[in-house]
Amino acid sequence: MAQERRFPIGSPILEVKNVSLSFGGVKAITNASFSILTHEIKAIIGPNGAGKSSMLNCINGIYQPQQGSIIFKNELLSKVNPNLIAKKGISRTFQNLALFKRMSVLDNILIGRRLHMNANFIQVAFQTNKARKEEIENRKKCEEIIEFLEIDDIKNTPVGKLPYGLQKKVELGRALATEAEVLLLDEPMAGMNVEEKREMCRFILKVNDEIGTTMVLIEHDMGVVMDISDNVVVLDYGKTLADGPPSEIRANQDVIDAYLGVAHD
Amino acid sequence: MEYTKNDLINFLLLMIISLLIIPITVKSGYWYSSILIPWLCLALASIGQQIVMGYAGQLALGAAGFMAAGAFACYNLILRVPDIPFFVALALSGLIAAAFGILFGLPSLRVRGIYLMVATLASQFFIVWMIDKFGWFKNYDSSGIITAQDIVIMGKSFTSPLEMYLVIVFVVTVLTLLAINMARGSTGRNWMAVRDMDIAAESMGISLLRTKLQAFAISAFYCGVAGALFAFTYLKSLEPVAFDIKLSFKILFMVILGGLGTISGAFIGAAFILLFPVLLNSIGNNVFHGAIDATIISSIEQVVFGVLIIIFMIYEPLGMAKLWDNIRLKFKKK
Ligand SMILES: Nc1ncnc2c1ncn2[C@@H]1O[C@H](COP(=O)(O)OP(=O)(O)OP(=O)(O)O)[C@@H](O)[C@H]1O
Ligand SMILES: [Mg+2]
Repeated sequence: MAQERRFPIGSPILEVKNVSLSFGGVKAITNASFSILTHEIKAIIGPNGAGKSSMLNCINGIYQPQQGSIIFKNELLSKVNPNLIAKKGISRTFQNLALFKRMSVLDNILIGRRLHMNANFIQVAFQTNKARKEEIENRKKCEEIIEFLEIDDIKNTPVGKLPYGLQKKVELGRALATEAEVLLLDEPMAGMNVEEKREMCRFILKVNDEIGTTMVLIEHDMGVVMDISDNVVVLDYGKTLADGPPSEIRANQDVIDAYLGVAHD
Repeated sequence: MEYTKNDLINFLLLMIISLLIIPITVKSGYWYSSILIPWLCLALASIGQQIVMGYAGQLALGAAGFMAAGAFACYNLILRVPDIPFFVALALSGLIAAAFGILFGLPSLRVRGIYLMVATLASQFFIVWMIDKFGWFKNYDSSGIITAQDIVIMGKSFTSPLEMYLVIVFVVTVLTLLAINMARGSTGRNWMAVRDMDIAAESMGISLLRTKLQAFAISAFYCGVAGALFAFTYLKSLEPVAFDIKLSFKILFMVILGGLGTISGAFIGAAFILLFPVLLNSIGNNVFHGAIDATIISSIEQVVFGVLIIIFMIYEPLGMAKLWDNIRLKFKKK
């Protein structure tokens, strides 16, 4: 992309410093450090069990790392939970889909608008102007996202009834609806065919380009990773093995030995 | 949230039936006192159970405890606060029950499923025990059964079955509309998100603590108001034993059979659970002319409920409300 970016990559927005996490005896992350720059698309790669998802869970506040620090916009995140992280402006998708199965596509995406809706239950019960207005406004936003993701035809279907690929799309939609500054995407294209993957990449690139959302994505498909990411961090056995632009990662001997060398799905 | 034309038509139809057709056509007090009044009261309690269980997904069992809290709160408010308007007493009773709801909803922050069910049972036993233990709640009445005060609204007393029915229709209509608004609006969405996938809900900025306790509080409010109405219009007396665990189970079954996560399911389930024994009895009396022993009839009742609950849990978790929708859709297509 020779074209000038609307949101040029800037200074670090999220810094992971010497983070370690273990479950009993299992070390999931060992002294990992890397940073994520404003407006960039950053891929996290590494073999199965390397600690990629655990890393997102630490950033997102689901897990508490035993050591190290995570800094978001110059603020140390300590004693956090997912709710607090959402309020700070980080949203995510999950590796194994975490949708609200019995709710419609539209309702799932509307939950993404949670932090933009402030009417309390009494205002909702009595349908005050405030409650009505915010419902209409946020529905409109969600309709836009649904249109953008080209899933109009299924917007009233309960997500549990949808095929896997579509569910992945809905989950992306829900994350987009939050309008978070940073999106953590855990294998958003897993289990998709080439066609679907290409579509997903288009969405991710477009959002990054048009509204400047910083994207952190875990992906196993090297073609995709090298194609869309600005920078790549490689985790191996919980350690950061390398961190840099795709061209550098491709040439890095450690990475080739540890990861690219071995056949991977 | 917008009401569709269909919603309005349904609402008007229901209002015409309940405020015009029923009062004009139904003359026997029996129908009001033994069927319509208990049905509406228990349907209201079922809405409460529906909110916490069907919408927020918290397996709570103790609706009757909150009903007892509401009933005795209403009795004491009318007894001790001079000239308190009935609807104010009713609303306050709901709020007092809601406070208990928050208290006994606390375990939901740590445990779920069957463990939560056991933990919430505590509310049932605690509330009934407390009312029994402290004479103040019963105004030191030693007979054990206290007569409920007459319902007086703006100087007029509502004591005939039809009058009491009209009071209940008013309260149930208002509270049902509010419940529908919450259920279809952002409040209900948050409950359902917690029900379907709590970790994702939290990651989207929903506070599990607030959302769960809110559902418990609102649920207990509905049960409290229902309990007060139940005592003042159906039982016409106040006795803690009327709010035993069996009633809690009944309300639970109403919600399961009616359909989890639908407001209409609360009404359908309550109607079924109330009317089915009546139906069985009349079959026993009219078809078999009393040849079947009453105890056998009541066991048949238990067996049928048990089997139905299992069938619904397995094949149609959305209950009779869903079944009804499916039937209606089939007819519409034709
Ligand atoms: N909740 C948990 N309890 C115990 N062990 C865990 C837990 N979560 C992760 N682990 C362990 O931590 C290690 C890293 O897991 P993680 O899911 O982060 O890997 P990953 O890089 O995302 O792998 P994959 O590519 O398969 O998704 C694994 O050994 C895993 O078994
Ligand atoms: Mg993973």
